[in-house]
Amino acid sequence: MKLPLATVGVLTVAALGLTACGSESGSPSASGDLTVRATDSKCTVSATKLKAGPSTFKVTNEGSKVTEFYVYADGDRIMGEVENVGPGLTRNLVVDLPKGTYEGACKPGMVGDGIRQTLTVSGEAAKKLSDSEELTAAADGYARYVKSQSDTLIVKTTEFVDAVKAGKVDEAKKLYPVARTYWERIEPVAEKFGDLDPITDGREPDAKAEGVDFTGWHRIEKQLWVAGNTDGMDVYADQLLDNVKKIVALGQDAPLTALELAQGSKGLLDEVATGKITGEEDEFSHTDLWDFKANIEGSQAAIAALRPVLEKREPELVAQLDAQFAAVDKELNQHQDTSTGEWTSYDKLTKDQVKALSDAVAALGEPISKVAAVVASAA
Amino acid sequence: MSRRKLLGTAGLGALAAGVAGAGAGYAAADTSPPPVAADPHALPIPFEGVHQAGIVTPAQDRLYFVALDLTTEDRDSLIALLKQWTAAARQMTQGNDVGEMGAVSGSPYSPPEDTGEALGLPPSGLTITIGFGRGMFVDAKGRPRFGLDGKLPDLLADLPPFVGDRLDPALCGGDLAIQACANDPQIAVHAIRNLVRIAFGRATVRYSQMGFGRTSSTSSAQVTARNLFGFKDGTANIKVEQKKDVDDFVWVHEQDGPDWLVGGSYLVTRKIDMRIEIWDRESLEGQEASIGRAKGSGGPLSGGDEFAAIDLAAKGDDGEPAIAERSHVRLAHPDVNHGAKLLRRGYNFVDGSNGLGQLSAGLFFIAYQRDPVQQFVQIQRSLAGSTRDLLNEYIVHVGSGLFACPPGVGRDGYWGDKLFA
Repeated sequence: MKLPLATVGVLTVAALGLTACGSESGSPSASGDLTVRATDSKCTVSATKLKAGPSTFKVTNEGSKVTEFYVYADGDRIMGEVENVGPGLTRNLVVDLPKGTYEGACKPGMVGDGIRQTLTVSGEAAKKLSDSEELTAAADGYARYVKSQSDTLIVKTTEFVDAVKAGKVDEAKKLYPVARTYWERIEPVAEKFGDLDPITDGREPDAKAEGVDFTGWHRIEKQLWVAGNTDGMDVYADQLLDNVKKIVALGQDAPLTALELAQGSKGLLDEVATGKITGEEDEFSHTDLWDFKANIEGSQAAIAALRPVLEKREPELVAQLDAQFAAVDKELNQHQDTSTGEWTSYDKLTKDQVKALSDAVAALGEPISKVAAVVASAA
Repeated sequence: MSRRKLLGTAGLGALAAGVAGAGAGYAAADTSPPPVAADPHALPIPFEGVHQAGIVTPAQDRLYFVALDLTTEDRDSLIALLKQWTAAARQMTQGNDVGEMGAVSGSPYSPPEDTGEALGLPPSGLTITIGFGRGMFVDAKGRPRFGLDGKLPDLLADLPPFVGDRLDPALCGGDLAIQACANDPQIAVHAIRNLVRIAFGRATVRYSQMGFGRTSSTSSAQVTARNLFGFKDGTANIKVEQKKDVDDFVWVHEQDGPDWLVGGSYLVTRKIDMRIEIWDRESLEGQEASIGRAKGSGGPLSGGDEFAAIDLAAKGDDGEPAIAERSHVRLAHPDVNHGAKLLRRGYNFVDGSNGLGQLSAGLFFIAYQRDPVQQFVQIQRSLAGSTRDLLNEYIVHVGSGLFACPPGVGRDGYWGDKLFA
């Protein structure tokens, strides 16, 4: 039983009075140039029947909330995306689509499954890939995701750092979990560079134990939430941005292999099970649920990139993963205010709510732990 | 999905039954090694049978007990879980790894199917016993779950409150319970750990309890073990050799019903905290009077050795009953409980310490019976309350459970198969 995630999304959309529209053009779009008009409640793609090959989506945000636009293949495999399109801005997205059915999705406020629109591509089918080409395609697909996430990570970290250095405490507090979202989605990439990860995302007790200065995200978090000011944070803020940029550059030079991707999808879940469930990641701000969600999204993106490989070999495992991801999302999403995108402060969750999250993550962890072997068998 | 074979592949990192615990022979070229007697504590116990193993099985030394809540609402998922659990229990009780590839023979990129901490250890008398809680049959509002409408036994009702109970909801109930007993704690833990792992996504651990030093003898061949009060516990317990008592008091009969439970038994668990530091300051005479037995021999205060019959009418030199009116053995005696008896199978526990300079110690009470109302509830009503059993000054019940344990399985069956037929 495959879960039609899209349907879930559409239901939510309907409930919120959001609508996806496509102009009913009878003939496939010839030029491959499309416009996407995104508002807070609509996602209008200029044509929904496209020709195989590269298409350019010009995404204009006519709403009041920051939005994103994704093109998804089956199982939410990301074919292309633009993040962080501010109100009034236009961003271009070029996606090379073989014959098939896809979904375009706008995410006003960057919340939920988005407002979705079916896109039908006719013409040349995707060529059959050999096993190794499939793995390469999966890695490439994920590399695209990492690139768009890390570009935005730099943008948002810069905004955060600027707010810290300007002494704008409230603004910095608002930006902190947002910037971290992009960090947490691609954490396996950061963890590959062992020496940079601890100084960027390390925690206080470990810094103490190592006898080194406590730096990075959590150093600034502590100052913002415990002291309520930004005194002495300039140096940490500059260093944070430097290191984030370094990690992004390194990550783009050495993209993850398909096997690392599989291991990364599990690694992200392990992160959730050990760091987020306990509430120790963001011990000062209690913004753990932002990180939690981002880890799950990153894990899901990795699995989605591997989907063709997994579908061919272990369709049952894919069905299990779909069901368990959906279950985690269901459990998690009830803690988000969809109108603002804010997540509940982690210290406000009851013990039963935390246990329900823990159970859902454990249920997903078991099938995810089987993915790497499937990928290895394809190599 | 895992494709678990129904029978373990003997030899996958497991000791074949029979040579368990045997030392390596010193084989010389033309002499066969001298026979080595197998350690009886290491041998496997048959998994299949009319009744589940682990009930009248002579009590092993160690316990690991777990209660779980079902997180699925899907009948087929539950059936699949019970089938997989049964298959894994067959494998583990015979000393084999779980799964097709076990602990070390699978893909290097896969997490091993078996967690591995039992590699190279003998079966150690492992038994795995399952029980179904009321919550598996009906939800909190009494609506049937898993299509088990009409299958809930009348007797599987919540235990009534008893005076003096201080139950922690987190230590009570559970949709399912699994009792793993073995002569090696590592084996018991390995069993529960692997079953819990199989259940992820379908059931989640509600609470679990480790126990040691069986506090009851369930066979005449066993010496009576001592509880943490230092007293022999279970002298008057039903013994497996007492065929009539076992039949009358342990197994659900055909006329009792329901059909799917015939040959099964009701399991009552009570986590009993003991205020051992207070107890230890009590005089020997006071301790013995509370229990109604001599601390050294275990003999009743009415006279005789451990197994002498308890004479409730006997008077001491002072003209008072030799076995005090409020002593534990008198109030728990069949003669004052309409003949009710229990098969007790409890274990001692020490769960670390409580931060107040005291050990978190006690007894994890386990009893099997044909009818929980006429047996456990009857006896506990006699005992409970500050005006009753003198022991109540030193004990407090903090956890409670009642489970219906299905009959045993044959070669092809699975736990609860008659319930889902």
